[in-house]
Amino acid sequence: MFHKFANPTRFLRLSTALTPWLGGLTVVLLTVGLYFGLFRSPPDYQQGESVRIMYVHVPAAWMALFAYSVMAAMSAAALIWRHPVAELIAKSSAPIGACFTFLALVTGSLWGKPMWGAWWVWDARLTSVLVLFFLYLGYIALYNAFDDRRRGARAASILALVGFVNIPIIKFSVDWWNTLHQPASVMRLGGPTIDAGMLTPLLLMGGAYAAYYLWVLMLRVRGELTAQKVRVLQMKRARREES
Amino acid sequence: MAWDKFFAMGSYAGFVWPALGLSAAVLIALLVASLKFLKKQKAMLARLEADMPKRDRGAES
Repeated sequence: MFHKFANPTRFLRLSTALTPWLGGLTVVLLTVGLYFGLFRSPPDYQQGESVRIMYVHVPAAWMALFAYSVMAAMSAAALIWRHPVAELIAKSSAPIGACFTFLALVTGSLWGKPMWGAWWVWDARLTSVLVLFFLYLGYIALYNAFDDRRRGARAASILALVGFVNIPIIKFSVDWWNTLHQPASVMRLGGPTIDAGMLTPLLLMGGAYAAYYLWVLMLRVRGELTAQKVRVLQMKRARREES
Repeated sequence: MAWDKFFAMGSYAGFVWPALGLSAAVLIALLVASLKFLKKQKAMLARLEADMPKRDRGAES
């Protein structure tokens, strides 16, 4: 069914229709999620009120991985099928993912200081997420490094695919190595181990971050599709002025 | 509810509020930048289309 959306005009129409709904959904989920997270959820029995950092830290980390997965999948589609929209989705996903990764790192640091006594430790989870941040920056830099857009897009797509090995490493780093970071407590076999009073706001905030991601992704893809039309028209005009 | 108790966050105010504030700042900045990017491209397209002869307007070629 996805080949339908390979048509840029159809994709543009769909994303334009979806944008306001995604914006509304983000605001609603964020409001409810913050209300539950700040007022209706209990402090942790060990971590006290500092546990509320979780409601912005964990969704940012989830979306950092999700945005990268989208970027890698779309890069693969762009390389294999020369899918015109896929490449623009991958390109648009990168800055959003980089922002989520940055937020996961900084909010994690702000949580680590009072709980672990250190802003940063070079353990497997933190280091692999830092590598993810640099992969995003490398992708963006590589995309813009060539005068020929096609070559830049190709090189960046290959980097996105190679870097995908980091995603399972991040996910399982807390099981494979000794780390200060706690293991998965929501997305694990056998169900979540986290208290329901904390799970509700966490899932609401996760939903809000996901809606935000899709919202900004649609805005950026629309911008890229419009930029592409601008380039075509500029080329046509240049040709006309030459003749 | 006692608001000063709420804002104190059980003595973790210096960590909880910067985490929330920074998240809000980064996400809002990215949203604004993306909206501006879209608006700028739309304006450029409209300008180019305006001074194109009608038969040349299709951007699909």
